[in-house]
Amino acid sequence: MEYEVIIGLETHIQLNTSSKIFCSCKTNSWEAAPNTNICPVCTGMPGVLPVLNERVVEKGVLLATAMHSQAQPVSFFDRKNYFYPDLPKGYQISQYDRPLATGGYMDIPSGEGTRRVGIWKMHLEEDAGKTKNEMGLRLIDFNRCGVPLVEMVTAPDLRSADEAAAYLTRLRQLLRWIGISDADMEKGQLRCDANVSLRPLGATYLNPKTEIKNVNSIEAVRDAIEKEILRQTHEYEAGRKIESWTLEWDEDTQTLKKMRSKETEADYRYFREPDLLPVYLTDEWKAAILQDFPELPQERRVRFMREYALPAYDAEILTSERSLSDYFEAAVKAYAGDPKRVSNWLLNDVMRMLNESGQTAGQLALIPAYLAEIITLVDSGVVNASTGKTLLEKTSVTGKTPRQIVAAEGLAKVSDDSAIRAAAQQVIAENPGEAAAYRTGKTGLMGWFVGQLMRKMGGKADAPKARAIFEELLA
Amino acid sequence: MSLSLQEVEHIAQLARLDLSEAEKARYRLQLSAILDYVAQLQKLDTASIPPTASIFGAASPLRPDEPRPGLTRDELLKNAPEREAGQFKIPPVFGDGTPSAEE
Ligand SMILES: [Zn+2]
Repeated sequence: MEYEVIIGLETHIQLNTSSKIFCSCKTNSWEAAPNTNICPVCTGMPGVLPVLNERVVEKGVLLATAMHSQAQPVSFFDRKNYFYPDLPKGYQISQYDRPLATGGYMDIPSGEGTRRVGIWKMHLEEDAGKTKNEMGLRLIDFNRCGVPLVEMVTAPDLRSADEAAAYLTRLRQLLRWIGISDADMEKGQLRCDANVSLRPLGATYLNPKTEIKNVNSIEAVRDAIEKEILRQTHEYEAGRKIESWTLEWDEDTQTLKKMRSKETEADYRYFREPDLLPVYLTDEWKAAILQDFPELPQERRVRFMREYALPAYDAEILTSERSLSDYFEAAVKAYAGDPKRVSNWLLNDVMRMLNESGQTAGQLALIPAYLAEIITLVDSGVVNASTGKTLLEKTSVTGKTPRQIVAAEGLAKVSDDSAIRAAAQQVIAENPGEAAAYRTGKTGLMGWFVGQLMRKMGGKADAPKARAIFEELLA
Repeated sequence: MSLSLQEVEHIAQLARLDLSEAEKARYRLQLSAILDYVAQLQKLDTASIPPTASIFGAASPLRPDEPRPGLTRDELLKNAPEREAGQFKIPPVFGDGTPSAEE
């Protein structure tokens, strides 16, 4: 039988505020010792009161807008009650029936087209602490308690493991683009659980789903979902039913393990948080938050293809990160020629420099105007292409303008016929074997000859001219 | 009585309370009395009154996003029954299916 795969994702997004959601403790504990970013509020001491961090609301509104959700004029916080050692108050302050935003969607690539993934739920809440097992005991670190989270749950609209991965890739890109989360999955800044079920192709009902937890990378989400699709297919083929298990992904063994099933259905006894007043998002506040709302990656991708006649592939990569796409656009403006040429230089050379240095495009000493200048130097024949590439590195290291470097280091291309001819004659005289081989038909050696000449001339020779001279001398 | 003994046991389990049979019976009476009282209030016709979560019209006060030092670790761990490596040390947990905040 053919099956349709039904996937919904539940994500937790840590907002990158400086302080926690309801107290002034630092949020970034990545290299902090346990229990050092804590206070009476986030450790649940009696008699304390939470005070809402305004930036949390603002970042939530930015996300809502980017997800096409409706930010609500009035929203409430609620208590979600349960006992666990990572939760010192015995309840989590969360949102329930009146969250900050409702509705929304994100379009993701799917095959040749796009798929619209609906958003079921988006609310603000506080993170819990961390517990870890050590030698049969549990140790608790409360540093993470009270770090602001957005919980965002999609409708069961995804239809394959690849689509789930595409959703997460686009979400991570979007979160960084609008600057509300660093969204590093390995640091737990973006966490994802996946709900997976199958049904016969064409059916409209939903079968029981399983929930996959503890997946710490987009690749792991894809792998875990693919494993689970296979397992469920085998179960149905064998005539068995799927039970609503919770499964834990084990990255080391690449397997799914069944977690202890819940003895009682969770009963969180939600009620309005009496320690907090409603959040009123006035029109003025909302307008101020959205004042500098950026063009989103999806829109910019389409615009790059239209405005600069870029292929989809180029537009996709150039809009994968905001600073890179800003860089591209600034370089195009500084360079008067074909935008595709700027794209080629970026994709081939500048991206490699970024990968090697770990910098973002905005941090490069090679500013967009310098890149444009280098391409122009190559276009106008002042330097040859390979000198252009070395100029990228030299500009990045020295911060000098490409023209200054060309002047200071004498890198201008040598087009002088007699200089190239003299060097070519020298190369031929030093390598009689190769010269004879070429003359008897091994014309593939031409590249080698030009390479030898470049070495003699410090890479500055005009390559087409050198080639023409060799062809003449070796005829 | 509006609350069954099983419901009392369920609520006690959620609150991690280990109640004796006598306590269960007593709390069943007390909790039922509270629920019965609320049931009386439910009879009021409130169709024309908007739902109220707070009797203040005021909005939540907001805090600027500026970090400040809080407690020291030693101050915090004064409340710990046992400590190790700067952390609370507790018996191994549970396996009772209690969900964590990450759910
Ligand atoms: Zn705190």
